[in-house]
Amino acid sequence: MTEPILQVRDLVKHFPVQKGVVFKKTIGHVRAVDGVSFDLHRGETLGVVGESGCGKSTLAQVLMRLVQPTSGSALFEGTDMFGRKSAAELRRLRRDMQIVLQDPYTSLNPRKTVGDIVGEPFEIHPEVAPKGDRQRRVQELLDIVGLNPEHVRRYPHQFSGGQRQRIGIARALALKPKVIVCDEPVSALDVSIQAQVMNLLGELQSEFGLSYVFIAHDLGVVRHLSDRVAVMYLGKIVETGTEDEIYEHPQHPYTQALLSSVPVPDPSVRDRRETIRLSGDVPSPADPPSGCRFRTRCWKAQDICAEQPPELAVRLDGGEIDPSSEGHPSACHFAERHGHVIS
Amino acid sequence: MSATDDNTGGSPGARLLEVEDLHVEFRTRESTASVLNGVSYHVDAGETLAVLGESGSGKSVTAQAVMGILDTPPGFVTKGSIRYRGEELLTATEERRRGLRGENMAMIFQDALSALNPVYSVGFQIAEQFRFRRGMSRRDAMTKAAEMLDLVKIPNAKQRVKEFPHQFSGGMRQRAMIAMSLALDPDLLIADEPTTALDVTVQAQIMDLLDELRRERGMGLILITHDLGVVAEVADRIAVMYAGRVVEESDAESLYARPAHPYTEGLMASIPRLDQKGEQLASIKGLPPNLAAIPAGCPFHPRCHRAQQECREKLPELHELGAGRRSACHFAEELISSD
Ligand SMILES: Nc1ncnc2c1ncn2[C@@H]1O[C@H](COP(=O)(O)OP(=O)(O)O)[C@@H](O)[C@H]1O
Ligand SMILES: Nc1ncnc2c1ncn2[C@@H]1O[C@H](COP(=O)(O)OP(=O)(O)O)[C@@H](O)[C@H]1O
Ligand code: SF4
Ligand code: SF4
Ligand SMILES: [Mg+2]
Ligand SMILES: [Mg+2]
Repeated sequence: MTEPILQVRDLVKHFPVQKGVVFKKTIGHVRAVDGVSFDLHRGETLGVVGESGCGKSTLAQVLMRLVQPTSGSALFEGTDMFGRKSAAELRRLRRDMQIVLQDPYTSLNPRKTVGDIVGEPFEIHPEVAPKGDRQRRVQELLDIVGLNPEHVRRYPHQFSGGQRQRIGIARALALKPKVIVCDEPVSALDVSIQAQVMNLLGELQSEFGLSYVFIAHDLGVVRHLSDRVAVMYLGKIVETGTEDEIYEHPQHPYTQALLSSVPVPDPSVRDRRETIRLSGDVPSPADPPSGCRFRTRCWKAQDICAEQPPELAVRLDGGEIDPSSEGHPSACHFAERHGHVIS
Repeated sequence: MSATDDNTGGSPGARLLEVEDLHVEFRTRESTASVLNGVSYHVDAGETLAVLGESGSGKSVTAQAVMGILDTPPGFVTKGSIRYRGEELLTATEERRRGLRGENMAMIFQDALSALNPVYSVGFQIAEQFRFRRGMSRRDAMTKAAEMLDLVKIPNAKQRVKEFPHQFSGGMRQRAMIAMSLALDPDLLIADEPTTALDVTVQAQIMDLLDELRRERGMGLILITHDLGVVAEVADRIAVMYAGRVVEESDAESLYARPAHPYTEGLMASIPRLDQKGEQLASIKGLPPNLAAIPAGCPFHPRCHRAQQECREKLPELHELGAGRRSACHFAEELISSD
């Protein structure tokens, strides 16, 4: 396999928790992202799932270099993303990685026309579209994402939610990026519109060879678009594998519970499903449980779970680490090698 | 069927609520939006009616009209009937309607935080109802409030009754709101997107709780949602709304097995399934209509892949298909009989 386009290693982002109004004192840290590693290959989609607060958006912001990581590294096509860089390297990074956000309402400037919004990246990167060519290029982008090119002079409020998400996608495509980080891009949309936008993302990927980091909390949405999936819990990846490995052979109790919680759109299987119900809520990332972070909600927890954090590794049945064996990694002392969907 | 398997709510299966041909307009200086254009549905004691539809289809406005909390102006009921146990509500006095709220019918919302008052403890807010509607002492009312929190499975209810809404997690706040809505033991509960803001593991807990409470109390439950998975797990019957009308009504199994309206069919094809990796999703083209300019004929026709000339001209009525099923499509009979 060729070199991954993005290699992320031990990424950590802690936010200080401060007290006091005038004299701020740091009294702790929110461990939003706490040691995340993954590879993203060219043309593939890595899905990232997990409940709110597990660190998905922080991960996206760090990857976009919108917030500084506390520690860890990321290589984009072999170049260190967070170290000192030449001006040319910086420009290239800014072009090649783009982000699409959940909320098309707040991420678009209401006082700018759609043409200005989509064409804005050309102001900073004029080499991509020379001035005389911009209007044509913007209209082409609108057409690509399924909007009427004649609407360049309209304002965001004149578009529906789904259309605004298309505007956000057009802007992300303007600089012909290689990687797009999608942070809950369809979460705010109604199902029929969500399907339209998901189809669009799929088409754009094959047409332009894009790689996606696709973040969502909807497990069906993630499966639909992803080649590989990482499941996050309290700042850590607890299991990662191909879409098939995660959805058909989940090993980690959290993944199993998450899949089991998703309602099945088929009334004829109702009451025949054997479901796992987690009790309680996710603990605070400012004070995560010792050892395995999932242990406070885990029905399989033993003493060792409070003492030793389980590492993310390929395991034999019963959880013994065996990197030489086939399979996908999970972070549980008692991972089920031949995991299955409980439903 | 769960409509008949329980006891406490008096006569199970009794007709609790009947909404018939309800029309609501929102009037502003610029335009009049026809938000409800003849909504009809009913709920019986002990059953769960799911009201399914995309945003803007009128699910919440219908519920507000039933509860008597419609924002008037700009919203006006222009036609129709809402009957609670046979009693017409649209002509009832405000005093009578206030009496019904809480006591007979109650509603919970998606956003529990904004429904709870941040400056009073959760327990105080529940206790208020016992004090003012049941004449209980402060102390007895607090004891009852703690019992209610216990009923909705909030751990350490006795301690937590003194805490404030911001000290509760999202799931716990939703439980507290359910406790508050059930304090006066209503026989109809309207839950408007109760789990939309919650994570999936917490959503599952809350849906289990609502289902259990409905069963135990023989309540009628109207569950408003856009989530086809949630509906499939709990609904006895389903009313699908589009552009301010019910376009299909059916028992849950038949609807999922064979939808009788192209909109329902499109919705089902749009959901990415957990148990399969699909290619293209069969989405519904276009957007829901502007309610100030609803298309003539069938309001769904610009988005419908089955539309014929007749659909552009004639509004399809919600009509019986037999076995408790109804559809507002000219070709419903063909849809459910074809292979
Ligand atoms: N700028 C910030 N300052 C302090 N805490 C933050 C900040 N951004 C996020 N957090 C916290 O980090 C955790 C992870 O948040 P986030 O990455 O947004 O999760 P997700 O996107 O998975 O819901 C949460 O507890 C959140 O409150
Ligand atoms: N207070 C209001 N003022 C003006 N329009 C409103 C008001 N409440 C609802 N509407 C309009 O009524 C329509 C139906 O709304 P609603 O019942 O909330 O839809 P749903 O709950 O199905 O998403 C929407 O187009 C909405 O904009
Ligand atoms: S390590 Fe222990 S607590 Fe953590 S998931 Fe595995 S069994 Fe559960
Ligand atoms: S009446 Fe015609 S346009 Fe309307 S849903 Fe049926 S087939 Fe489609
Ligand atoms: Mg997020
Ligand atoms: Mg609503």
